[in-house]
Amino acid sequence: MAAQTFQPIPPRPAPVNTEGLLPWIRSNLFGNWKTSIGTVILGALLLWIVPQLLSWALFRAAWAPNAEACRLEGVGACWGVVAEKYRLIIFGRYPFEEQWRPLVATVLMVGLLVASCARPFWKPWLALVWIAVLGTFFTIMFGGVLGLSRVETDRWGGLPLTILLASLSMAMAFPIALVVALGRRSNLPAIRSACTIYVELIRGVPLISVLFMASFMFPLFMPQGFSIDVLIRVLVGITLFAAAYMAEVIRGGLQAIPKGQVEAAATLGLSYWQTQRKIVLPQALAIVVPGIMNGFISTFKDTSLVTIVSLYELTGAMGLALNSDADWRPFKIEGYLFIASIYFIFCFSMSRYSHWVEKQVNKSKLR
Amino acid sequence: MSEPIITFDKVNKWYGNAFHVLRDIDLVVAKGERIVICGPSGSGKSTLIRCINRLEEHQQGRLVVDGVELSDDVKAIDQVRKEVGMVFQQFNLFPHLTVLENLTLSPMWVGKMPKKEAEEKAMEQLNRVRIAEQAGKYPLQLSGGQQQRVAIARALCLKPKIMLFDEPTSALDPEMIKEVLDVMIEMASQGITMLCVTHEMGFAKAVADRVIFMDQGQIVEQNNPHDFFNNPQSERSKDFLSKILGH
Repeated sequence: MAAQTFQPIPPRPAPVNTEGLLPWIRSNLFGNWKTSIGTVILGALLLWIVPQLLSWALFRAAWAPNAEACRLEGVGACWGVVAEKYRLIIFGRYPFEEQWRPLVATVLMVGLLVASCARPFWKPWLALVWIAVLGTFFTIMFGGVLGLSRVETDRWGGLPLTILLASLSMAMAFPIALVVALGRRSNLPAIRSACTIYVELIRGVPLISVLFMASFMFPLFMPQGFSIDVLIRVLVGITLFAAAYMAEVIRGGLQAIPKGQVEAAATLGLSYWQTQRKIVLPQALAIVVPGIMNGFISTFKDTSLVTIVSLYELTGAMGLALNSDADWRPFKIEGYLFIASIYFIFCFSMSRYSHWVEKQVNKSKLR
Repeated sequence: MSEPIITFDKVNKWYGNAFHVLRDIDLVVAKGERIVICGPSGSGKSTLIRCINRLEEHQQGRLVVDGVELSDDVKAIDQVRKEVGMVFQQFNLFPHLTVLENLTLSPMWVGKMPKKEAEEKAMEQLNRVRIAEQAGKYPLQLSGGQQQRVAIARALCLKPKIMLFDEPTSALDPEMIKEVLDVMIEMASQGITMLCVTHEMGFAKAVADRVIFMDQGQIVEQNNPHDFFNNPQSERSKDFLSKILGH
């Protein structure tokens, strides 16, 4: 009997079209009777809520910085409060005539942060740029040189303070977290327990109490006449707090790397640090990008807690701006919506950036 | 017999207190010798070869590799690892690096070789395992057989005197086993000392100078492949061979 030749069947298109808008609506919104009911109910809710919201926020809103106009019958949102108070909200108690200084400093800092996110800038000299920009930031803000008047740190406030606290604590917490995460997996018992105690202690207390300690208790233990600026103490507090959480996130990534990777590196003669740097950490960090960004975002928002030690960052400055003014105090909601939108812009950008980084680091997994 | 390159002298190893995984191992491997180690799972074959480059440490006895006695001395371990290449069952390629980067990593970072030279040498090795055209891809984009050949090329980049293979074909689809064995057979003809844990008896017959049969942490029997397969001496190896050759 002659051997039969194998004849592959040529591929055919799928019987039901699954691409395009209509098929998408059919399969996602009206897939079966349960999703259809859900779509109808949610659609009705949106139709009911969205027009009211738009009417309040846009069509009936008062835009002029005039408290009387806001109190009229039938007026919706009072955005005049933002027009009236935005400089106090954004720059806090920083001297009014000098507020170009925090503006320049903030623009510089945000520029640095954005640049640090882009691949072409991931070069060793970026560290020098950081030092230069931070130096400039503090010089402009603090003054006392170049004919700038001196502004003590307790008058710093608003968005510049938020950005300073967030970016510095994130930048410092990350390397600390790396070392602690590696330390918790070390073969040396002393290092391992030190790192474990640090993480467990910090995670056992709320950030507020860390800030209280940094602000009020720490000076009690310092020798007479020796003091560290409260801003620095708070910064260290937030950093240590964020680092403990991030260390655990990174450790989760380290644990996901198969033992075989380390063994292969060992047989190739790589040292411990070479193995960590070239093999383990690149893979571990790629896994935990969402977790790390989670930490960054919550650190960014946690900076609002420094209000309780009398540093008026964005949220604190907002409270300061409205609480002291009986005319505008009723329009807190609009004020809070304003700073909420500022927080949202930053947090959402971070979230999108994290998404992009994830795509970049997962390129090697694409087939 | 030519001079010894690996010497096990009454080597013992335990996992924990209770599991005695290597028991009084005495073994001398001559330079250029090709050894196949087989035996049932849990018999200590992998542990035996992993002791040679100190992925596992032994607790008793002496183990000398290329004139260096293995102990806690880190320098001795580094020195031995320079001379010993290893290929794993699960390939253990670095998935975040391209094939070429997998090969140049150690020459560049451990051997301090300039990038260009390391890449040339790497391409030589990739040619040798017939996979040069995949140099720019990531390991997970390759088939299992291709990945294992890359792993062999990576080990060869260090110009090792000794190559250890820990079940190199066990994780492969049947169609891919041959391409890996072909590469190993070609290597065997070039005089490198090879220790291979495998159940590929065809490979053992083709290249091995000696087959070692292990059970329960001991070397039960060792012989040249012809005599081992045709005339096993112990009941245990007869039983084992009847099971793996039985169908």
